[in-house]
Amino acid sequence: MTNSIAEIENSKCIFIIGSNTSEAHPLIGSRILKAKEKGAKLIVADPRKIQLSFYADIFVRHQLGTDVALINGILNVILKEGWYDRKFVEERTEGFKEFRKVVEKYTPENVEKITGVRAQDIRKIADLYARSKSSSIIYAMGITQHITGVDNVKSLCNLAMLCGQIGRESTGVNPLRGQNNVQGACDMGGLPNVYPGNQPVSDGQMAEKFEKAWGTKLSTKPGMTLTEMLKAAMAGEVKAMFILGENPMVSDVDIQHVEKSLEALDFLVVQDIFMSETARLADVVLPGVSFAEKDGTFTNTERKVKRVRKAIEPIGSSRQDWDIICDLSTRMGYPMRYDDPSKILEEVAQVTPSYGGIYYDRIETEGLHWPCPNRAHPGTPYLHKDRFSRGLGLFHAIEYLPPEELPDKEYPYFLTTGRIYVHYHTGTMTRRSPSLNKEVEEGFAEINPRQAKELGIIQGERIKVFSRRGEIEIKADLSERMERNTIFIPFHFVESAANRLTNPAFDPIAQIPEFKVCAVKIEKVNH
Amino acid sequence: MEYKTVLTTCGYCGCGCGLYLEVLDGQLVGAQPCKTDSVSQGGLCIKGWNVHEFVQNSERLTKPLIKKDGQFKEATWDEALDTVASRLKKIKEENGPDRIAFLTSAKCTNEENYLLQKLARAVVGTNNVDHCARL
Repeated sequence: MTNSIAEIENSKCIFIIGSNTSEAHPLIGSRILKAKEKGAKLIVADPRKIQLSFYADIFVRHQLGTDVALINGILNVILKEGWYDRKFVEERTEGFKEFRKVVEKYTPENVEKITGVRAQDIRKIADLYARSKSSSIIYAMGITQHITGVDNVKSLCNLAMLCGQIGRESTGVNPLRGQNNVQGACDMGGLPNVYPGNQPVSDGQMAEKFEKAWGTKLSTKPGMTLTEMLKAAMAGEVKAMFILGENPMVSDVDIQHVEKSLEALDFLVVQDIFMSETARLADVVLPGVSFAEKDGTFTNTERKVKRVRKAIEPIGSSRQDWDIICDLSTRMGYPMRYDDPSKILEEVAQVTPSYGGIYYDRIETEGLHWPCPNRAHPGTPYLHKDRFSRGLGLFHAIEYLPPEELPDKEYPYFLTTGRIYVHYHTGTMTRRSPSLNKEVEEGFAEINPRQAKELGIIQGERIKVFSRRGEIEIKADLSERMERNTIFIPFHFVESAANRLTNPAFDPIAQIPEFKVCAVKIEKVNH
Repeated sequence: MEYKTVLTTCGYCGCGCGLYLEVLDGQLVGAQPCKTDSVSQGGLCIKGWNVHEFVQNSERLTKPLIKKDGQFKEATWDEALDTVASRLKKIKEENGPDRIAFLTSAKCTNEENYLLQKLARAVVGTNNVDHCARL
């Protein structure tokens, strides 16, 4: 997030697109409702009639994968009506001319044809967002999990820059991270192209700095993304994988392919707390511990580094994950020894400018937002105050591209996937939690009731859903949340795994799979 | 009986709500919200209220496992870690470091993520490091 969670409450206008906030990020959802109570205008754009849509001043359901068109339509109105922030555009951005040329084509009437959103609604969104004193954009995987994920994000950035709704309190472009420490995993260099703190591995100076810190020679060749690793495993180019606390066998796209790839490896190590679907395929399984059995830090979606504290001893002979890694490293001939996790974060601070001032003694009672370059720095609740990281903010001229797979005669419906309020990711934790599991014990496919009637499907009946990748059997849940041509399946449930169906088409830059759109057909199951 | 509460950060979504874990005689028995936490302000969602439940589930892995003839067999830490260390070293020496790939974890701590990418980069010598940020 460019801005902090607390600031949401004082936004005058909140534009939520591709985030089912009240289910997937409930405590941010309640901040949004607090803002609404204080008089904020609420715009919700989502293909599903999500809970927050009932509180929205304006709610639009754009067709799956038409985000760029919708946003360009909003931008078009703002430009035409002159509602943009001229001073901000002049002083803080570049690329405006080329951007304007593309956006001019996206009149609300043209956009209505692509998205199904009425031209008058597009105008209303433009008016609310551009003319509010402080407008905040909130998005999640509904924006990013598309072949145009990067384009979608850039389009939202265009919107924020055009209206000067960034670099101030209660504004900004705010992605909500799905997992507790996905922000931290990125910050710590859990990515193929960067060291901790987004420092590129291909930059010789960076490599030199880390070579010095770590006392060893380093490769400047960027590594593979998860998707590329699996492909390479299938081709025999990756021989071994070490997987820490991840379950791609349920969470990844087209899991039939994931299974074959992991089976093709010579050697697979999984370090986890449960025998996950991925761990079953391993040659060696190392039992780590849960968050309740360790000290450390998580960095939440607003970039705030917060303490995790050990409450109980590790279960059985399981060991702290950091301790296992140190031991393994030492056995491989590179001694790694730390007295406790605080010493590891001290090393992080030495090599990571954005974490340079973050030490345990400073975050005992309250976390710190990075960037926090030194011990005296109070942290940074919102980014881009006087300048963007690259200097001037760059407008991108972006054309709309349709999703990779659209419904056709054979597979006539859209499928989209997501989360539900009571489960988390692949369900390894929530489905083992009795109170949570009894709320929702099995997967389901949300189908519009009229659609279901046409197909002769009744509430709770078993149906089969097919895509070009695979098929699953699942319970039908008739719901007005869905439109007639679209069904929704949460991805938490391995026995009816939505990711047997999803399409392995990827954003060319981010390599994110298009989980949010594919084409399926539905059949009744006759037992 | 010994009862204590431990202030920590929820392990589910990216909100990062502060909460208290309740511990009775070394066992987790509950989770309580934290009023002074800047994110949750004394609230929790249904997952947060029940975040302690999965921790002591009977299906937790408690011992290292090594697969032999398609079956997992319990092993000591020495056996398991020596196996991993020697296999990774052998693959690195015979096939090169880029034949090995690592997934770090969005559920683990910063410290653990830092160490695993350090292991990949400094010890194995590859930048094949990713995690499920995209999933």
